[in-house]
Amino acid sequence: MTASTTDHERAIELPVTPDDRRIARYAAAAIALSVAEAALPSPLPGVKPGLANIVVLVVLWSHGWRDAVWVSLLRVVAGSLLLGQFLAPGFFLALAGALTSLAALAGAARLPRRWFGPVTASLLAAFTHIGGQLLLARLWLVPHDGVFYLAPLFAASALVFGIVNGLIAARLLQEHPHDHANPA
Amino acid sequence: MKTWLALLRPGDWAAALAAALVVGVSFPLLWTGGRAERAVVRLDGRVVAEFPLSSPRRYAVAGPLGETLIEIAPGRARVLSDPGPRQYCVKQGWLTRPNAIAICAPNHVSLSLSGRDPSHDSINY
Repeated sequence: MTASTTDHERAIELPVTPDDRRIARYAAAAIALSVAEAALPSPLPGVKPGLANIVVLVVLWSHGWRDAVWVSLLRVVAGSLLLGQFLAPGFFLALAGALTSLAALAGAARLPRRWFGPVTASLLAAFTHIGGQLLLARLWLVPHDGVFYLAPLFAASALVFGIVNGLIAARLLQEHPHDHANPA
Repeated sequence: MKTWLALLRPGDWAAALAAALVVGVSFPLLWTGGRAERAVVRLDGRVVAEFPLSSPRRYAVAGPLGETLIEIAPGRARVLSDPGPRQYCVKQGWLTRPNAIAICAPNHVSLSLSGRDPSHDSINY
Protein backbone atom coordinates (compact mmCIF):
# COMPACT_ATOMS: atom_id res chain seq x y z
CA MET A 1 0.00 0.00 0.00
CA THR A 2 1.44 3.35 -0.99
CA ALA A 3 0.57 6.35 1.08
CA SER A 4 -0.68 9.13 -1.11
CA THR A 5 1.23 11.87 0.63
CA THR A 6 4.69 10.58 1.55
CA ASP A 7 6.08 14.09 1.38
CA HIS A 8 3.74 15.12 4.21
CA GLU A 9 4.14 14.35 7.86
CA ARG A 10 1.02 12.17 7.94
CA ALA A 11 1.29 8.70 6.48
CA ILE A 12 -2.16 8.26 5.02
CA GLU A 13 -4.57 10.88 3.88
CA LEU A 14 -7.95 9.82 2.64
CA PRO A 15 -9.29 12.05 -0.09
CA VAL A 16 -12.74 13.30 0.87
CA THR A 17 -15.07 14.12 -1.98
CA PRO A 18 -18.08 16.45 -1.70
CA ASP A 19 -20.18 13.30 -2.12
CA ASP A 20 -18.64 11.83 1.00
CA ARG A 21 -19.31 14.96 3.02
CA ARG A 22 -22.91 15.10 1.88
CA ILE A 23 -23.54 11.44 2.67
CA ALA A 24 -21.83 11.82 6.05
CA ARG A 25 -24.02 14.81 6.91
CA TYR A 26 -27.20 12.94 6.07
CA ALA A 27 -26.01 9.76 7.80
CA ALA A 28 -25.23 11.79 10.93
CA ALA A 29 -28.78 13.15 10.94
CA ALA A 30 -30.19 9.63 10.48
CA ILE A 31 -27.99 8.23 13.25
CA ALA A 32 -29.03 11.03 15.62
CA LEU A 33 -32.69 10.26 14.92
CA SER A 34 -32.30 6.54 15.49
CA VAL A 35 -30.44 7.11 18.77
CA ALA A 36 -33.10 9.58 19.91
CA GLU A 37 -35.78 7.11 18.92
CA ALA A 38 -34.17 4.33 20.95
CA ALA A 39 -34.95 6.41 24.04
CA LEU A 40 -38.66 6.35 23.29
CA PRO A 41 -40.61 3.61 25.01
CA SER A 42 -42.10 1.09 22.59
CA PRO A 43 -45.32 -0.82 23.27
CA LEU A 44 -43.99 -3.85 21.43
CA PRO A 45 -40.46 -4.73 20.31
CA GLY A 46 -40.33 -3.82 16.65
CA VAL A 47 -42.98 -1.12 16.73
CA LYS A 48 -40.97 2.08 16.22
CA PRO A 49 -41.60 5.27 14.29
CA GLY A 50 -38.46 4.74 12.19
CA LEU A 51 -37.69 8.45 12.09
CA ALA A 52 -34.31 7.83 10.46
CA ASN A 53 -36.20 6.74 7.37
CA ILE A 54 -37.30 10.34 6.86
CA VAL A 55 -33.67 11.16 6.14
CA VAL A 56 -33.34 8.16 3.82
CA LEU A 57 -36.44 9.30 1.91
CA VAL A 58 -35.16 12.86 1.56
CA VAL A 59 -31.82 11.54 0.30
CA LEU A 60 -33.54 9.18 -2.13
CA TRP A 61 -35.67 11.99 -3.47
CA SER A 62 -32.94 14.55 -3.95
CA HIS A 63 -29.74 12.55 -4.45
CA GLY A 64 -30.83 9.20 -5.78
CA TRP A 65 -30.89 5.60 -4.66
CA ARG A 66 -27.13 5.08 -4.38
CA ASP A 67 -26.82 7.80 -1.73
CA ALA A 68 -29.89 6.46 0.07
CA VAL A 69 -28.21 3.04 0.32
CA TRP A 70 -25.11 4.61 1.86
CA VAL A 71 -27.05 6.67 4.37
CA SER A 72 -29.33 3.79 5.34
CA LEU A 73 -26.54 1.25 5.84
CA LEU A 74 -24.28 3.73 7.63
CA ARG A 75 -27.20 4.50 9.89
CA VAL A 76 -27.74 0.81 10.71
CA VAL A 77 -24.06 0.09 11.42
CA ALA A 78 -23.12 3.29 13.24
CA GLY A 79 -26.45 3.48 15.06
CA SER A 80 -26.01 -0.05 16.38
CA LEU A 81 -22.44 0.73 17.45
CA LEU A 82 -23.65 3.72 19.44
CA LEU A 83 -26.44 1.73 21.07
CA GLY A 84 -24.24 -1.27 21.81
CA GLN A 85 -26.31 -3.45 19.51
CA PHE A 86 -23.68 -4.18 16.87
CA LEU A 87 -23.90 -7.84 15.75
CA ALA A 88 -26.66 -8.46 18.31
CA PRO A 89 -29.92 -9.95 16.99
CA GLY A 90 -31.46 -6.48 16.83
CA PHE A 91 -28.69 -5.36 14.50
CA PHE A 92 -29.39 -8.15 12.04
CA LEU A 93 -33.11 -7.45 12.18
CA ALA A 94 -32.44 -3.78 11.46
CA LEU A 95 -30.09 -4.75 8.64
CA ALA A 96 -32.63 -7.12 7.11
CA GLY A 97 -35.29 -4.43 7.31
CA ALA A 98 -32.97 -1.81 5.81
CA LEU A 99 -31.93 -4.08 2.93
CA THR A 100 -35.45 -5.11 1.98
CA SER A 101 -36.76 -1.57 2.18
CA LEU A 102 -33.83 -0.30 0.09
CA ALA A 103 -34.76 -2.88 -2.53
CA ALA A 104 -38.33 -1.57 -2.47
CA LEU A 105 -37.08 2.03 -2.67
CA ALA A 106 -35.12 1.13 -5.81
CA GLY A 107 -38.49 0.36 -7.37
CA ALA A 108 -40.22 3.33 -5.76
CA ALA A 109 -37.62 5.70 -7.21
CA ARG A 110 -38.71 4.65 -10.69
CA LEU A 111 -42.37 5.51 -10.16
CA PRO A 112 -43.56 8.63 -12.01
CA ARG A 113 -43.17 11.56 -9.60
CA ARG A 114 -46.18 13.32 -10.99
CA TRP A 115 -48.37 10.66 -9.44
CA PHE A 116 -46.36 9.22 -6.60
CA GLY A 117 -44.79 11.30 -3.85
CA PRO A 118 -42.55 10.44 -0.90
CA VAL A 119 -45.54 8.99 0.96
CA THR A 120 -45.77 6.06 -1.46
CA ALA A 121 -42.04 5.44 -1.14
CA SER A 122 -42.34 5.66 2.64
CA LEU A 123 -45.22 3.19 2.75
CA LEU A 124 -43.40 0.75 0.50
CA ALA A 125 -40.28 1.04 2.63
CA ALA A 126 -42.20 0.63 5.89
CA PHE A 127 -44.05 -2.49 4.76
CA THR A 128 -41.02 -4.15 3.24
CA HIS A 129 -39.04 -3.21 6.35
CA ILE A 130 -41.33 -5.21 8.62
CA GLY A 131 -41.56 -7.90 5.95
CA GLY A 132 -37.80 -8.37 5.91
CA GLN A 133 -37.60 -8.34 9.68
CA LEU A 134 -40.40 -10.87 10.10
CA LEU A 135 -38.85 -13.12 7.48
CA LEU A 136 -35.45 -13.08 9.19
CA ALA A 137 -37.09 -13.58 12.59
CA ARG A 138 -39.06 -16.54 11.23
CA LEU A 139 -36.01 -18.11 9.55
CA TRP A 140 -33.51 -17.51 12.30
CA LEU A 141 -34.67 -16.21 15.69
CA VAL A 142 -38.12 -17.76 16.16
CA PRO A 143 -38.43 -20.74 13.82
CA HIS A 144 -42.16 -21.00 14.35
CA ASP A 145 -45.13 -19.50 12.52
CA GLY A 146 -46.10 -17.84 15.80
CA VAL A 147 -44.07 -14.76 14.83
CA PHE A 148 -46.64 -13.99 12.16
CA TYR A 149 -49.20 -13.60 14.91
CA LEU A 150 -47.70 -10.15 15.49
CA ALA A 151 -47.71 -9.27 11.79
CA PRO A 152 -51.04 -7.38 11.84
CA LEU A 153 -49.76 -5.08 14.59
CA PHE A 154 -46.51 -4.47 12.73
CA ALA A 155 -48.45 -3.83 9.53
CA ALA A 156 -50.74 -1.36 11.29
CA SER A 157 -47.76 0.53 12.69
CA ALA A 158 -46.10 0.46 9.27
CA LEU A 159 -49.24 2.03 7.83
CA VAL A 160 -49.33 4.83 10.41
CA PHE A 161 -45.62 5.61 10.55
CA GLY A 162 -45.21 5.08 6.81
CA ILE A 163 -47.71 7.83 6.10
CA VAL A 164 -46.42 10.14 8.84
CA ASN A 165 -42.75 9.76 7.87
CA GLY A 166 -43.61 10.17 4.20
CA LEU A 167 -45.50 13.37 4.92
CA ILE A 168 -42.65 14.77 7.00
CA ALA A 169 -40.18 13.94 4.22
CA ALA A 170 -42.48 15.53 1.63
CA ARG A 171 -42.78 18.63 3.81
CA LEU A 172 -39.02 18.91 4.25
CA LEU A 173 -38.48 18.56 0.51
CA GLN A 174 -41.11 21.17 -0.19
CA GLU A 175 -39.81 23.71 2.30
CA HIS A 176 -36.12 23.33 1.53
CA PRO A 177 -35.89 22.43 -2.14
CA HIS A 178 -32.63 24.38 -2.55
CA ASP A 179 -30.86 22.38 0.18
CA HIS A 180 -31.42 19.19 -1.72
CA ALA A 181 -30.83 20.31 -5.28
CA ASN A 182 -30.22 17.33 -7.46
CA PRO A 183 -26.60 17.49 -8.61
CA ALA A 184 -27.11 14.90 -11.30
CA MET B 1 -53.97 19.97 8.02
CA LYS B 2 -54.63 21.26 4.52
CA THR B 3 -50.96 21.93 3.89
CA TRP B 4 -50.18 18.36 4.87
CA LEU B 5 -52.88 16.89 2.66
CA ALA B 6 -51.59 18.93 -0.26
CA LEU B 7 -48.38 16.91 -0.06
CA LEU B 8 -50.23 13.76 -1.06
CA ARG B 9 -50.23 13.00 -4.78
CA PRO B 10 -52.95 10.85 -6.39
CA GLY B 11 -50.78 7.72 -6.32
CA ASP B 12 -50.09 8.29 -2.64
CA TRP B 13 -53.78 8.02 -1.87
CA ALA B 14 -53.91 4.77 -3.81
CA ALA B 15 -50.84 3.45 -2.00
CA ALA B 16 -52.26 4.41 1.40
CA LEU B 17 -55.54 2.75 0.54
CA ALA B 18 -53.80 -0.42 -0.61
CA ALA B 19 -51.70 -0.44 2.56
CA ALA B 20 -54.79 0.02 4.73
CA LEU B 21 -56.40 -2.86 2.89
CA VAL B 22 -53.39 -5.09 3.59
CA VAL B 23 -53.62 -4.20 7.29
CA GLY B 24 -57.37 -4.78 7.32
CA VAL B 25 -57.02 -8.19 5.72
CA SER B 26 -54.09 -9.26 7.88
CA PHE B 27 -56.05 -9.10 11.14
CA PRO B 28 -58.78 -11.67 10.36
CA LEU B 29 -56.30 -13.70 8.33
CA LEU B 30 -53.68 -14.07 11.05
CA TRP B 31 -55.66 -13.63 14.23
CA THR B 32 -58.43 -16.18 13.95
CA GLY B 33 -56.15 -19.06 14.94
CA GLY B 34 -58.22 -21.40 12.83
CA ARG B 35 -61.78 -22.49 13.38
CA ALA B 36 -62.98 -25.11 15.82
CA GLU B 37 -64.44 -27.91 13.78
CA ARG B 38 -64.99 -30.91 16.05
CA ALA B 39 -65.84 -31.58 19.67
CA VAL B 40 -64.09 -34.53 21.29
CA VAL B 41 -65.42 -36.10 24.50
CA ARG B 42 -63.07 -38.23 26.56
CA LEU B 43 -63.67 -40.49 29.56
CA ASP B 44 -60.55 -41.58 31.46
CA GLY B 45 -58.51 -40.17 28.58
CA ARG B 46 -60.14 -42.40 25.99
CA VAL B 47 -62.20 -40.80 23.22
CA VAL B 48 -65.79 -41.87 23.75
CA ALA B 49 -67.49 -39.53 21.27
CA GLU B 50 -66.63 -37.05 18.55
CA PHE B 51 -69.05 -34.62 16.90
CA PRO B 52 -68.75 -32.05 14.14
CA LEU B 53 -69.68 -28.57 15.37
CA SER B 54 -72.37 -28.22 12.76
CA SER B 55 -75.74 -29.14 14.21
CA PRO B 56 -77.01 -28.81 17.77
CA ARG B 57 -77.23 -31.93 19.91
CA ARG B 58 -76.70 -33.21 23.44
CA TYR B 59 -74.64 -36.12 24.61
CA ALA B 60 -74.44 -37.78 28.02
CA VAL B 61 -71.33 -39.54 29.33
CA ALA B 62 -71.53 -41.84 32.33
CA GLY B 63 -68.55 -41.33 34.61
CA PRO B 64 -67.81 -42.70 38.11
CA LEU B 65 -69.90 -39.96 39.81
CA GLY B 66 -72.79 -39.93 37.39
CA GLU B 67 -73.77 -38.37 34.11
CA THR B 68 -71.97 -35.44 32.48
CA LEU B 69 -74.13 -33.73 29.89
CA ILE B 70 -72.39 -32.19 26.87
CA GLU B 71 -74.13 -29.68 24.61
CA ILE B 72 -73.02 -29.15 21.02
CA ALA B 73 -74.11 -26.09 19.02
CA PRO B 74 -72.98 -24.75 15.64
CA GLY B 75 -69.40 -23.57 16.15
CA ARG B 76 -69.26 -24.16 19.90
CA ALA B 77 -69.72 -26.70 22.67
CA ARG B 78 -70.06 -26.72 26.48
CA VAL B 79 -70.52 -28.94 29.49
CA LEU B 80 -74.15 -28.40 30.37
CA SER B 81 -74.15 -30.25 33.68
CA ASP B 82 -71.76 -32.36 35.70
CA PRO B 83 -72.02 -34.17 39.02
CA GLY B 84 -68.65 -32.84 40.21
CA PRO B 85 -68.56 -30.79 43.43
CA ARG B 86 -66.97 -27.59 42.16
CA GLN B 87 -68.48 -27.32 38.68
CA TYR B 88 -65.36 -25.80 37.11
CA CYS B 89 -66.03 -27.33 33.69
CA VAL B 90 -69.64 -26.14 33.70
CA LYS B 91 -68.70 -22.59 34.73
CA GLN B 92 -66.24 -22.42 31.86
CA GLY B 93 -69.22 -21.97 29.56
CA TRP B 94 -69.11 -22.22 25.81
CA LEU B 95 -65.85 -23.31 24.18
CA THR B 96 -65.34 -21.70 20.80
CA ARG B 97 -61.65 -21.73 19.93
CA PRO B 98 -59.78 -24.75 18.56
CA ASN B 99 -57.87 -26.65 21.25
CA ALA B 100 -59.97 -25.18 24.04
CA ILE B 101 -60.68 -27.76 26.71
CA ALA B 102 -63.03 -28.16 29.67
CA ILE B 103 -62.07 -30.84 32.18
CA CYS B 104 -64.50 -32.34 34.66
CA ALA B 105 -61.80 -34.06 36.67
CA PRO B 106 -63.98 -35.60 39.43
CA ASN B 107 -66.06 -37.40 36.84
CA HIS B 108 -63.04 -38.22 34.61
CA VAL B 109 -64.63 -36.47 31.62
CA SER B 110 -63.13 -33.89 29.31
CA LEU B 111 -64.54 -31.93 26.40
CA SER B 112 -62.15 -30.43 23.87
CA LEU B 113 -62.46 -28.71 20.52
CA SER B 114 -60.17 -29.46 17.62
CA GLY B 115 -59.40 -27.38 14.57
CA ARG B 116 -57.88 -28.34 11.28
CA ASP B 117 -54.39 -28.80 12.63
CA PRO B 118 -53.49 -29.67 16.20
CA SER B 119 -51.36 -27.24 18.17
CA HIS B 120 -51.22 -26.05 21.77
CA ASP B 121 -54.32 -26.59 23.87
CA SER B 122 -55.55 -24.09 26.42
CA ILE B 123 -53.81 -25.81 29.34
CA ASN B 124 -50.42 -25.06 27.73
CA TYR B 125 -50.89 -21.53 28.99
